[in-house]
Amino acid sequence: MARIIGSLSTSHVPAIGRAVAQGLQDDDYWRPFFQAWPPVQRWLAEEKPDVAVVFYNDHGLNFFLDKMPTFAVGAAAEYRNADEGWGIPQVPPFQGHPALSWHLIEQLVAEDFDITSCQEMLVDHAVTNPLQLMYPSQQWGVKIVPVCINTVQFPLPSAKRCWALGEAVGRAIRSWGGDEKVVVLGSGGLSHQLDGERAGFINRDFDLAFIDSLANDPQWATRFNTHQLVEKAGTQGVELLMWLAARAALGGGAQKLYSSYHIPISNTASGVLVMGAGC
Amino acid sequence: MDHDIPGTTLFDGAMAMKGYALNKMCFSFNDGANRAAFLADEDGTCARYGLNAEQREAIRSRNVLALLAAGGNVYYLAKFAGIFGLDVQDIGAQQTGTTKDAFKARLQAQTFTQRA
Repeated sequence: MARIIGSLSTSHVPAIGRAVAQGLQDDDYWRPFFQAWPPVQRWLAEEKPDVAVVFYNDHGLNFFLDKMPTFAVGAAAEYRNADEGWGIPQVPPFQGHPALSWHLIEQLVAEDFDITSCQEMLVDHAVTNPLQLMYPSQQWGVKIVPVCINTVQFPLPSAKRCWALGEAVGRAIRSWGGDEKVVVLGSGGLSHQLDGERAGFINRDFDLAFIDSLANDPQWATRFNTHQLVEKAGTQGVELLMWLAARAALGGGAQKLYSSYHIPISNTASGVLVMGAGC
Repeated sequence: MDHDIPGTTLFDGAMAMKGYALNKMCFSFNDGANRAAFLADEDGTCARYGLNAEQREAIRSRNVLALLAAGGNVYYLAKFAGIFGLDVQDIGAQQTGTTKDAFKARLQAQTFTQRA
């Protein structure tokens, strides 16, 4: 039976990709961020996951407003990234796991989730940046199953709904008959706002409370509606929905292993959180 | 009805209806050929996508707040900004009426690291 080894939630700020491409990891500005990653990379080297199920939000690469799914699960054999309009480099393609993808789709629909299945899918910096941080050599150690949550077009799915989705994804993974080790990723956040007069908004207190809650009161953030999340975390801070979904997939007995939080990376309060699944 | 969040417009159905043509044009800027076509013929590109007068003026003025008010969604507007080599800190500075250095300094002033 497949086993979830834990969750890894991380910011995916585009500037990270630029910093990696330009070799800026040891600059004063970047060092506190990149220094957080060796412990994460060691954990991955010890645990050796085979598959990453990636909760993330597309930023206008794969989906446009003409057809905007709330929840989309990738079922492709391979995933590539592409130009997003501001110079992101191409990275090597990611291998998919179509059989596992279809198992997730079937289980989620059986649990009455309304899923868009994608047999061709471009993945954007929300997928490439975390994977680059996990595997700086760009030799991807995992196959991926992308699970895309809409944060572009309101109404967004609620935190409560994203938690429920995460729980269902966890059950689906654990009911998979293969013997893969699976890491669940939550990509995005933490607090930030790119648009409007409130551009540059950051909320450290809320972020730290949120990180803490995932260990000590995991469903805490589900009390907030989308409007409240935007108010507290910023228009793009709603990406914390991905961290919630990833945490929910672990089920009970999960333990916090490591977290790092650093302001600022571009406009964003950046975080990384590793949690180990219970036995 | 929820109160307004200061300095923030939610991209809801009303904004989506307003901004569809503008957002569709900016989504096309994922593709380098479309970015080049815009630079070569801005009027023609905007007309082809059916931008209204407000959107056309907001594009002409390169004004992000005006683009948002005209129904633009920031994820597509970021691709428009990318044509001019502008990043989210450039547009953050413009929207908050400061220089990029001042905008970055405001964030740097909040520098904080915590590991656990």
